[in-house]
Amino acid sequence: MNVPMILKGVGLLAVLIFPALGFSDYVLHIAISILIWGFIYTGWSIMGRFGLVSLGHGAFMGIGAYVVTMLWNHAGITPWIGIPVAVVVSGAVAIFIGFPCFRFRITGHYFALVTLALSEVVRLLIVALRDTTGGSLGVTPRSELTPEVAVSFYAMQFADKTVWFYLIVVIWLGGLLIWRAVDRSMLRYAMEAISQEDDAAASLGVHVTRAKLTVTVISAAMTAVGGAVYGQYQLYINPETTSGIAISLQIVFAVIAGGMFVQLGPTMGAVITLLLTETLRQTVGHDVYGLDVMVYGAMLVLFIIYMPRGVLGWITEVWSRRQEPRPTGTVKPQPGE
Amino acid sequence: MSAMLQVRDLTKKFGGFTAVDRIEFDLNEGEILGLIGPNGSGKSTTFNLIAGALTPTAGSITLEGRDITGLAPTQVCHKGIARTYQIPRPFRKLTVLENVAVAAYYGANQLISRDEAWRLAEDALELTQLSSDPRARVDGLGAAGLKKLELARALATQPRLLLADESLGGLDEKEMDQAADMLSDIRRERGITIIWVEHIMGVLMRVVDRCVVLDHGEIIAAGLPQDVAHDPKVIEVYLGSDAEALQTQVAGRVAGSA
Repeated sequence: MNVPMILKGVGLLAVLIFPALGFSDYVLHIAISILIWGFIYTGWSIMGRFGLVSLGHGAFMGIGAYVVTMLWNHAGITPWIGIPVAVVVSGAVAIFIGFPCFRFRITGHYFALVTLALSEVVRLLIVALRDTTGGSLGVTPRSELTPEVAVSFYAMQFADKTVWFYLIVVIWLGGLLIWRAVDRSMLRYAMEAISQEDDAAASLGVHVTRAKLTVTVISAAMTAVGGAVYGQYQLYINPETTSGIAISLQIVFAVIAGGMFVQLGPTMGAVITLLLTETLRQTVGHDVYGLDVMVYGAMLVLFIIYMPRGVLGWITEVWSRRQEPRPTGTVKPQPGE
Repeated sequence: MSAMLQVRDLTKKFGGFTAVDRIEFDLNEGEILGLIGPNGSGKSTTFNLIAGALTPTAGSITLEGRDITGLAPTQVCHKGIARTYQIPRPFRKLTVLENVAVAAYYGANQLISRDEAWRLAEDALELTQLSSDPRARVDGLGAAGLKKLELARALATQPRLLLADESLGGLDEKEMDQAADMLSDIRRERGITIIWVEHIMGVLMRVVDRCVVLDHGEIIAAGLPQDVAHDPKVIEVYLGSDAEALQTQVAGRVAGSA
């Protein structure tokens, strides 16, 4: 057992007993929000860590939230079926956008711009289909909960926050496991190779388009699940809070702040952004409109300049440097350089 | 027996400029073929056409009886052709071993296990005399080391035909000799057929079995190194004042093999 393993074990235990510690519903709500967003951010980093910077993950979140809620409100289909449907739809959209981009080598800033447009398309679509979606006023999943019924498994609606907490812990842990599975797969090596020298990777037999699509679909699917669960938990969704540019940029900011190259970095990003938002909301309130966005922006700049690997990335870097004073390997520079 | 690789009527035009003009040559299994020519002669274009990095305007490329004209680089790799890059393109975020292991795994079209990929990677590193220390980083490699890494990655894909692109560029004389010997050893030990594209001719002449000389996109000479080196057309367009040095090299080879 090494120190990070022990820390992870203790952390997991702390998370699991958290609801039993007698915190208020407000604190529990913040914890649940951190885990939902942590899961979504983890999903983003699955592709983001390989240089596939998506400014359009709000689209996948919106698809997740709205597909599930629309199926439930208009067709009575349970979210347990709705979520897999949303996953398939978001995966299809990811391929629809990703395939032409990857096939015709739209990368870097251009790829980011395409995804940015996608997130607005989804948001505008939700607004335009107001007869079905409720438009910009948002929509509430039809409630099955009454004073007598506190738990509706079929509707995925729970009055008790503790139930939500554990359900979301399971989803969040699932996200971390997916992250780890990708991290330990050959796909990760292929993507690292592609992100640096895609021509060379292709000439060594890597199916570049296929590898990029794989991580993009995994990422989009996770984000859709996150969006769906977010809608079920809040019991209210609107185009601004589940889709569009603002949410998409919030995702990117949080992951950069937390660190996209370590497993718990995105979750750390969720902790930072949510605590920041809540602190600002409680201290300044809504007196200074747009203050939180301004602070986000300023911090984003600072992070990119001084801590490009994010808070957790920085911590682990310092830690591993202390563990291994010279991690540069054993190959000496050879003559000719 | 038909040739391993048949290039027929191969043409590549960039707009109005014809970089490669109806060239034809054969490559036999187990051969080392030198593809030489001055800058802009079309040798790199030919190379990229075979590797799939460029699509020919006309003509055909046949590997072991199967048409591979116009296939993408990934498919060409899976058909058994591996290439190196003139300017090394290492994956800097990966270790040396991981660089090669990626090539082994994906070069085999993901049909082998991870362990097998790592074993093949270690084998390729040994063949190119690089350290298979799992911690060794690309940044620790010099110019010669990066060239070797290019070669190791290509070999890890288990090619039957290796395309080596200007592997001598940027090396000193001793390193050039070592690099040439390495290609020669690879052919002898693994039976890998090699096309060696090179601007610097001297050392190449010592190792190759046959030469194809290009100028302005056309083949101006082809044959044994000693014949090519004495060909007046080759001397005129390419060698110039270096002709004497080259002939000394070739004479050395003939004397050595006699």
